[in-house]
Amino acid sequence: MIGLSHYLIVSAIIFSIGLVGVLRRRNLLMLFFATEVMLNAVNIAFAAISHYYNDLTGQMFAFFIIAIAASEVAVGLGILIVLYKKYGSLDLDDLASMRG
Amino acid sequence: MYELVAFYLFSALTIGLFLVTVMSKNVLYAMTSMASAMVLISGFFFLLGADFLGVVQLIVYVGAVIALYSFAMMFFDATRDIKEKNTNPALVFLLGGMSALVLVLMFSAPIHSEAIQALYPMTEGVGNAQDVGMVLFTKYLIPFEVAALMLLVAMIAGIILAGKKMDHSLTEDMDADDEIMNLKDTK
Repeated sequence: MIGLSHYLIVSAIIFSIGLVGVLRRRNLLMLFFATEVMLNAVNIAFAAISHYYNDLTGQMFAFFIIAIAASEVAVGLGILIVLYKKYGSLDLDDLASMRG
Repeated sequence: MYELVAFYLFSALTIGLFLVTVMSKNVLYAMTSMASAMVLISGFFFLLGADFLGVVQLIVYVGAVIALYSFAMMFFDATRDIKEKNTNPALVFLLGGMSALVLVLMFSAPIHSEAIQALYPMTEGVGNAQDVGMVLFTKYLIPFEVAALMLLVAMIAGIILAGKKMDHSLTEDMDADDEIMNLKDTK
């Protein structure tokens, strides 16, 4: 039967996919996609723990994570549009202005 | 049996689609694969008995977040492939794999301790939505209101940041736009 560890392993795999995306992406929009992947992975883990320990707290945290993700996307996309207006590109190498 | 098949199907599809999201050079492919993977993740929630969470995932992620991304994608030039100067892939995979290992250890640590007991246990014979509502509007009322305030602030910030000078085209090739306008005028 499917146990808690199955769900946690799937969640860890998805989280590491998102982490690899954050590490290797240079485009800001793609970085946002990778963070969404990581947030979804954590939501799976919360729901699984909530189910297997018969506790609603995990689902509550998942709700608040979804709310935070929605507001993050709203503000982040606004910032991306402002950056694109200013620089004409979303590549992090083009946007780097502070060179030490 | 049914749960077994559904779990393995959902996990294989989700992992594959998220790999496409992370690896693809095209924004459109990345976004579509992310949208379908989020639908499948709501399938995980339904499997786990968190019906309300699955519906919220469908409405908020697949409905709102993906729609917002697709609108933003229309402002940027999404048809071009993204050129990225990538860092060393071996290093990236090593770091990602090591963090995944740490994550598995962190997640499996509480499984081996028996000290966990349910703070808000699920009530028998009550639907998931009703149960969630009872806990959300009694124990988590203040975080709920704070989240509502945060969403309001985010909405205002989004409008103010994105709303300025929206009558100008954002893409570089203004000539193409002019040509389309000229064609329309001649017709």
